[in-house]
Amino acid sequence: MKLSETEIAAIRHEMTLYEDPGAATIEALKIVQEHRGWVSDEALEAAAAVVGVTPTQMEAVATFYNLIFRQPVGRHVIMICDSISCYLTGYEEISAYLKKILGVEFGQTTADNRFTLLPIVCLGNCDNGPAMRINTDYHGRLTPEKVDAILAEYP
Amino acid sequence: MEKVLTKNIRDNREPMWIAEYEKAGGYEAFKKALQEFKPTEVADLVKSAGLRGRGGAGFPTGVKWSFMPRFEERPEQRPAHVYLVVNADEMEPGTFKDRLLMEGDPHQLIEAMAIASYAIGADIAYVFIRGEYTECQRKLQRAIDEAAEKGYLGEDILGSGFNLKMHLHMSAGRYICGEESALLSALEGRRAVPRHKPPFPAASGLFGQPTTVNNVETICNVPHIINHGADWYKGLGLHKDGGTKIFGASGHISRPGLVELPLGTKLSDVLDHFGGVRHGHRLKALLPGGGSTPLLTDEHLNTPMDYEGVGAVGSRLGTATMVVMDETTPIVGVLKNLEHFYAQESCGWCTPCRDGLPWVERILTNLEAGHGHPGDIELLDLHVKLLGPGKTFCAHAPGAMGPLESGLKYFRDELAALIPDDQDTLGLTQPANAVSNS
Ligand SMILES: Cc1cc2nc3c(=O)[nH]c(=O)nc-3n(C[C@H](O)[C@H](O)[C@H](O)COP(=O)(O)O)c2cc1C
Ligand code: SF4
Ligand code: FES
Repeated sequence: MKLSETEIAAIRHEMTLYEDPGAATIEALKIVQEHRGWVSDEALEAAAAVVGVTPTQMEAVATFYNLIFRQPVGRHVIMICDSISCYLTGYEEISAYLKKILGVEFGQTTADNRFTLLPIVCLGNCDNGPAMRINTDYHGRLTPEKVDAILAEYP
Repeated sequence: MEKVLTKNIRDNREPMWIAEYEKAGGYEAFKKALQEFKPTEVADLVKSAGLRGRGGAGFPTGVKWSFMPRFEERPEQRPAHVYLVVNADEMEPGTFKDRLLMEGDPHQLIEAMAIASYAIGADIAYVFIRGEYTECQRKLQRAIDEAAEKGYLGEDILGSGFNLKMHLHMSAGRYICGEESALLSALEGRRAVPRHKPPFPAASGLFGQPTTVNNVETICNVPHIINHGADWYKGLGLHKDGGTKIFGASGHISRPGLVELPLGTKLSDVLDHFGGVRHGHRLKALLPGGGSTPLLTDEHLNTPMDYEGVGAVGSRLGTATMVVMDETTPIVGVLKNLEHFYAQESCGWCTPCRDGLPWVERILTNLEAGHGHPGDIELLDLHVKLLGPGKTFCAHAPGAMGPLESGLKYFRDELAALIPDDQDTLGLTQPANAVSNS
C-alpha cells in the first residue's frame, strides 16, 4: 500500500523538525489517521517506511497512545470525559444516555457508521463538566436534552 | 489586585495578535533581555524572583536553569543543539489553566519561551501540547509564524547573534507524557516511558542533549520578571512564595472557572472568587491542585494557598486548579474515579504501579458496590505504603496515592462503614463466587 502524496509530504515535513527524523513516528501515525480515520496495518507499515523505522517500532508506539485508533471508527468520534470533575457533575448520567440513544457500548460504532463512542480522561474542560469532544469540537455542561441537539449537528 | 499573566486575556479568548500585542508592550522584555542581560543574568534574576514551577512539583525555575551547562566561554564544546521544552500536556484531572494561557495570549508564551531559551542557551524550543488542544495548536502556530515574520525567531535575532527555532508537537495522548523524562521519550517518537534520573535532562535530555523542561504557566511569568524585577515579583505574593497564580475551580462550585490571584491567598478567599460551594451545600473536601494532590477539608479553609502553605497542611499546591466536593459526595466514588484514572494511565514500566493500581481500583469498586471485605481498609493502607515515594520509577504511583492516603485519613469511618457486617451475604462461604475476584 502507498500513502498519498499529501500524507507523505506532511510526514516528511515533520521529519525536518527534529534532530532525529525518527521522532516523527507519532506524528506520522496522526497524519495517516487524519486522512483515513484510523490506522490499518497496511497504513502503519507504509508510514513506517516513510519515517524510516521498522513496523514493529511503529506498532509499539501506535499501541501506547490513546488517540491512535487501530480499528475503524465511525464518521464522528464522541469522547466523553470520565475524570473527576465530570464525575462530580454527572458524566455517568450522560454516558448512560449516550449509550442508550446510540445503542452502543464504549468502544463500539453505531450500525449506520455515524458515531463511535469512547471514554476519555480529563479534557481540560473541567469547568464545563460534564464535557465531551466530538471530532475536534468541545461541548460542555451537558444534559440529555443538550446532547440530543448537539448530535443533530453531526449528520 | 494586579493581573499579570492574564492581563491581555479577553473573555472570548480571542488573542491579541502581534501588532496589538506589541502595542501593549509585548516583546519589550525580550528586547531588554537580549540588550541588557547576559544569559546567566536572566537565570539569576529568575532565581532571585523565587519563581517556582507551576507544573505540579514547584521546583525553583532559576535553580533548574542554573543546572544547564554553559558554553559561552567554550563555544567549541557546544553540542549540536540545546533544547527548551515547554510542557503543555495538561492531562492532570481537574486541570485546565495552561489552555487559557495558550488560547488567550499565545504571544506571551512565545515571548517567554524566547527569553527562557536565551537564558539557558537553547537554539530549539518545542511546545509539547496534548493532542486534544487543537485550538491551542492553531493559535500558537499562527503566533509563531507572526513572531518569525517580525524577526523575533530565526537567525541572529534583532542583531544579537542569538538563534532560535520553535516548533509545536501534538501529543497522541497518555497522562504519563506529562512526566518530564517520559515527555522527552515521547518527543523522540517513542513510547512515553520515564527515564532514570540522574542523569537529569540538563545533562542529557532530548536526543541526549542539554534540555530544560518547564510548564506553560511557569514560563509565562518570565517576561514580567524581566520587565519589573525580582522584588516586584516577590511582592506580588501574600505569604511565603512570590508571584501570582492562576487558580481554578470545578466540581461542586457555584461559578466554575479560572482566576488569577496572589500566591498565598487564603483558601476560603479563593473559593469566594468562585461563589463558594454550590448553593445550599457545604464543603466536604477538595483536591487543591489536581487529581494527585492530597484532599483538604473544611478544617483547612484558612490555609494560605502557596507551595509552603499547602505543604504545611499535608497536601500540595499542585496546579492550583481545585476540584470541589460538597457533602453529597461519597468519598469512595471520588477515590474510585481517581484510581481508575491512575490505573489506566500507568505506563506499565514498573510492577508496583502496573499491578498495584488496578488492585486498589478493584478494592474501591467492591467497597462502592457493597461487596467489601474485612481487611480491605488495611489493604489500601498497605498500597499507600508500597506505592509511595521512592518505590516506583516515577511520581505517577505516589501521585495516585496522594488522594487515597488523605481519604483514608479524613474519611476512614465512611469507608469502613461500607464493609457489610454480614459477610455470609457476600457468598464467602462459596469461594468460587467470591466477588472480590470477579
Ligand atoms: C505523571 C506525571 C504527570 C505530569 N504531568 C504534567 C503536565 O501535564 N504538565 C506539566 O507541566 N507538568 C506535569 N508533570 C510535572 C513534570 O514532570 C515537570 O515537573 C514539570 O513539567 C516541570 O515544569 P515546572 O518546573 O515549570 O513546573 C507531571 C509529572 C508526573 C509525575
Ligand atoms: S510509576 Fe507507573 S507510570 Fe511511573 S514509570 Fe512506574 S509504571 Fe510507569
Ligand atoms: S474532568 Fe472532565 S474535562 Fe476535566
